[in-house]
Amino acid sequence: MTATTTSARSDLSELGRSETALRTFLHGLPGVDQVGAEQRAAQLSTRSIKTTAKAQAIDLAIRMVDLTTLEGADTPGKVRALAAKALRPDPADPSCPHVGAVCVYPAMVPYVAEVLRGSAVHLASVATAFPSGQAPLEIKLADTRAAVAAGADEIDMVINRGAFLAGRYKEVYDEIVATKEASGDAHLKVILETGELATYDNVRRASWLAMLAGGDFIKTSTGKVPVAATMPVTLVMLEAVRDFREATGRQVGVKPAGGIKTTKDAIKYLVMVNETVGPDWLDPDWFRFGASSLLNDLLMQRTKLTTGTYSGPDYFTLD
Amino acid sequence: MSERVAVRKTYKLFIGGKFPRSESGRSYLVQSSNVSLASRKDARDAVVAARAAVKGWAGATAYNRGQILYRAAEMLEGRREQFVALGIPGDEVDAAVDRWVWYAGWADKLAQVYGGANPVAGPYFNISAPEPTGVVAVVAPERPALLGLVSVIAPAIVSGNTVVVAASPSEPLAAVTLAEVLATSDLPGGVVNILTGAITETAPTLAAHMDVNAIDLTGVTDAALATDLEVKAAENLKRVLRPAPADHDWTGDPGLAPMTALLETKTVWHPKGV
Repeated sequence: MTATTTSARSDLSELGRSETALRTFLHGLPGVDQVGAEQRAAQLSTRSIKTTAKAQAIDLAIRMVDLTTLEGADTPGKVRALAAKALRPDPADPSCPHVGAVCVYPAMVPYVAEVLRGSAVHLASVATAFPSGQAPLEIKLADTRAAVAAGADEIDMVINRGAFLAGRYKEVYDEIVATKEASGDAHLKVILETGELATYDNVRRASWLAMLAGGDFIKTSTGKVPVAATMPVTLVMLEAVRDFREATGRQVGVKPAGGIKTTKDAIKYLVMVNETVGPDWLDPDWFRFGASSLLNDLLMQRTKLTTGTYSGPDYFTLD
Repeated sequence: MSERVAVRKTYKLFIGGKFPRSESGRSYLVQSSNVSLASRKDARDAVVAARAAVKGWAGATAYNRGQILYRAAEMLEGRREQFVALGIPGDEVDAAVDRWVWYAGWADKLAQVYGGANPVAGPYFNISAPEPTGVVAVVAPERPALLGLVSVIAPAIVSGNTVVVAASPSEPLAAVTLAEVLATSDLPGGVVNILTGAITETAPTLAAHMDVNAIDLTGVTDAALATDLEVKAAENLKRVLRPAPADHDWTGDPGLAPMTALLETKTVWHPKGV
């Protein structure tokens, strides 16, 4: 696919200084071949991954799961249970790896932090007036600081889609920069909410914008709009992080979120990661799945591979 | 005008209300027709479909289930000639329709006959009611092709169970044709799932599957296989129905046992008013 060449362009770090420079750069990115991207994604879905390769893929996918609960009905008890599951997804099998992170609302962070303290499982918190992002900047930043202070070491922020779609790229850029600063040492994941961006060209632009502004991860969706992560959208984002590393030397992670429910789906994504950006990204530090029900399916498939018999949903926790 | 070329039929599996080919792509030849040879994965998919259908089917009113089963009998009657063309005797088709109607009638009567009020030493109403077991795996009898199949499917689903049937390997055409009957009779997809192919391949998967609640071994003729399946089924304490005796009379009165074997009893204690 088209690689973005940036050698002829001005220094990328200067782009954020003016609206015009940003616009010129983002609109100068090559357009996405929609049919090509969709066909490529569909083609990558046809690979057959079996036996030992499948076992490895499942364990990797488990380590990449951001176990998520983002409901108005979340309670301290529920998020504690979820955090316990993150540490030991399959209590019957100690060889089962822990997940990548737990992802909750800022108000729930302290309860999760209690459980995860001392473990290698990260604690992600959505912030910046998730999921709409339609709040004044001071509130978004306060939201972010509160989450970090409560113990989150990863922040999932939403971009200002209203400003992005209106073409006010500088405003989006500045918000990401400000949130990055407010997050301090915490990793910043930038949610593009691709379901609201309408075109793949916009997805590519938003990806670059988020990376230029300092995002450590780009994430597809909040999971709160009807269209969440899809294979082609993730493909466009993977190409963006690949090209960004080529241009700047900085590696950025990708997190598809929402709608990935089965082991089969997860493995398709892993195949796509391997084929698009290579094994450098096949690591929980660089690729994550934002999911909740996916974990149980991964555990069921894992049990099938270890015991030889198909398992059922009765044997795994409901969460 | 060139002579018309006959359209030959491929007999496929019946899973979740659809007719997919085997995931493995394999088939075998029966009466010069291609029939899908189901794999372990097809069995797994069928269990997933059956599990998904339990809530809606068990939750439907008994009256509604009865109506749908009666509708299936109507469709079966309408396809009489098709079954006869497959080599099923007309008498057997008639008996199968009658059997189906008989079971359909039981849908809203089973709870009254099999459940009831229990006398207890205390100020309580104590009521027992039968509930479906859940997902039932069925190894259909080798013969009679249609009557035998109907006699194992209907008693399982009438009470709200969903089934995954391993059809007779030598008589799969009748099974797939019955699936076509069921697909056109308002029966929700996934309530009946039919796998054609080798019993030795599908039955062990179904017997070991942790999400199957009962297994009916009626059609298992090999004693060693039956024992193996029972051992596998013990892992999650499935209800097990033993193989039918070789001289079983399929035309006789089946009694209530085929239905009641696949029920769980729920008992409720309710305080009486003073």
